[in-house]
Amino acid sequence: MATGTTPTTPAARGVLAPGRAAISAPHLRTDRWWLSPLVTATALTIFIIYATWRAFANGDYYSAPYVSPLYSPCLASNCTDMNGGADWHLFGAWWGLSPALLVLVFPLGFRLTCYYYRKAYYRGFWASPPACAVAEPHAKYTGETRLPLILQNVHRYFFYLALPVAGILTYDVVLAFRDEHGAWGHAGLGTLVMLVNIALIWAYTLSCHSCRHIIGGKLRHFSAHPVRYRLWGWVGALNGRHMLLAWSSLISVGVADLYVYLVASGVFDDPRFF
Amino acid sequence: MTHTAHFKVWRGDTDGGDLRDYEVEVNDGEVVLDIIHRLQATQAADLAVRWNCKAGKCGSCSAEVNGRPRLMCMTRMSVFAPDETVTVTPLRAFPVIRDLVTDVSFNYDKARQVPAFVPPKGVPAGEYRMQQVDVERSQEFRKCIECFLCQDTCHVVRDHEENKAAFAGPRFLMRIAELDMHPLDAAADQGLVRAASAQEDHGLGYCNITKCCSEVCPEHIKITDNALIPLKERAIDRKYDPLVWLGSKIRRRQG
Ligand code: SF4
Ligand code: SF4
Ligand code: FES
Ligand code: FES
Repeated sequence: MATGTTPTTPAARGVLAPGRAAISAPHLRTDRWWLSPLVTATALTIFIIYATWRAFANGDYYSAPYVSPLYSPCLASNCTDMNGGADWHLFGAWWGLSPALLVLVFPLGFRLTCYYYRKAYYRGFWASPPACAVAEPHAKYTGETRLPLILQNVHRYFFYLALPVAGILTYDVVLAFRDEHGAWGHAGLGTLVMLVNIALIWAYTLSCHSCRHIIGGKLRHFSAHPVRYRLWGWVGALNGRHMLLAWSSLISVGVADLYVYLVASGVFDDPRFF
Repeated sequence: MTHTAHFKVWRGDTDGGDLRDYEVEVNDGEVVLDIIHRLQATQAADLAVRWNCKAGKCGSCSAEVNGRPRLMCMTRMSVFAPDETVTVTPLRAFPVIRDLVTDVSFNYDKARQVPAFVPPKGVPAGEYRMQQVDVERSQEFRKCIECFLCQDTCHVVRDHEENKAAFAGPRFLMRIAELDMHPLDAAADQGLVRAASAQEDHGLGYCNITKCCSEVCPEHIKITDNALIPLKERAIDRKYDPLVWLGSKIRRRQG
């Protein structure tokens, strides 16, 4: 096949380039290096399929007092009435699609440009690289130096936008302490599910690398900013677990949505604690 | 306990080479470098290998063991099953010289391209005073032993020879981060914005934060989390954050 028609034949690239130790295997790893990108890609694909289905479904996202995190805030006039919840009909009747699509761009953009998810999908989906010291299949590589990937640099703006979104989801959780008629002092399994979810969402959001930078990382003299230094330390502690929080909050969002779906579609009744 | 291990060691030079098989004795507590030395002593007197401290501190004995960039002196034989073949090759991102020895001058060139610490005006050397909290970020990066395992494993240059001109590599981007976080560095007074220059002149944008440098660093420096990502954020301050950018322009005009 190598007829010399292309200037860089695959055989002459990267670790096979002239000058480097002549070893024909593109890598010599003997461990199961493919397992981690495979698991990552599979898990992300499952979530994407699930979330796409739910986002377009436009139904079974509210069962008083619980609202699915995928549908909050609900900004279209075709939203279910949520009894004091975050159903603000800012968009008129012209919006005929699922209201989830209006707000999901924010969490989607936040996670898509997240430094951890970038690593995850660059490795899992683009094989760039598939694993450390395993040759990547691409002939050229420019990383994040040009369009479109240079746009990853907007991550901090998605972080700013993620804060009000997390605030609204917190409000939803507060409302989950009312019963289905709006009377306070209720808690069901759904309340607990939402509570765990919002805790993980906040932990994920605050563990963001951009957050760590804004809170204190950008400073040169910590000694002159003792409060920010301390906050930077806390965010740093969370940041060390950013990958764990990215996955657990992704799963918790899915579980919270699934829970609301199951209750709203009548599969089972929400067990009530008090 | 002693057993006989099966080794494959790359032997060759710029003209080519191959993986050669060796059966060699292994004793309890030994590391890969011990075995390479035993090969030299018993079966391959002309085997070229670079080493120095045998304590994981000089950064000389970098090689790839079963395909993973590692220090041979810090890779215990006990991590391999007795019947496992252990393959040792030179670093595969750099030009080979002979056997396990590579030409790592790429790294020295890159090191020279990073502008040095700029002393603060009006403070005589020996009078520098810094608070511990202000230097501890940079100190993490000073643990570097310059083994260049990170440079070797980074796919930006490992898999793309043509990127070597534009990309300094994790070790030297980390050096820029170290100086940018240094409490006394006065580069900015001379008009050198280190974070912006990291992106414009040293190829920071090539890094896609996939963390292989951090994975292989024998000093366990969190290169990506503590140097590269913060450096990217600092570059964004200077280049893409309109508020910060405007602020810096105005302030500079005010002198
Ligand atoms: S994180 Fe960046 S510098 Fe480190 S190995 Fe990956 S691409 Fe290279
Ligand atoms: S940063 Fe770590 S891996 Fe890179 S040269 Fe220094 S010690 Fe080696
Ligand atoms: S880095 Fe992951 S959310 Fe910002
Ligand atoms: S011989 Fe010094 S680091 Fe291995």
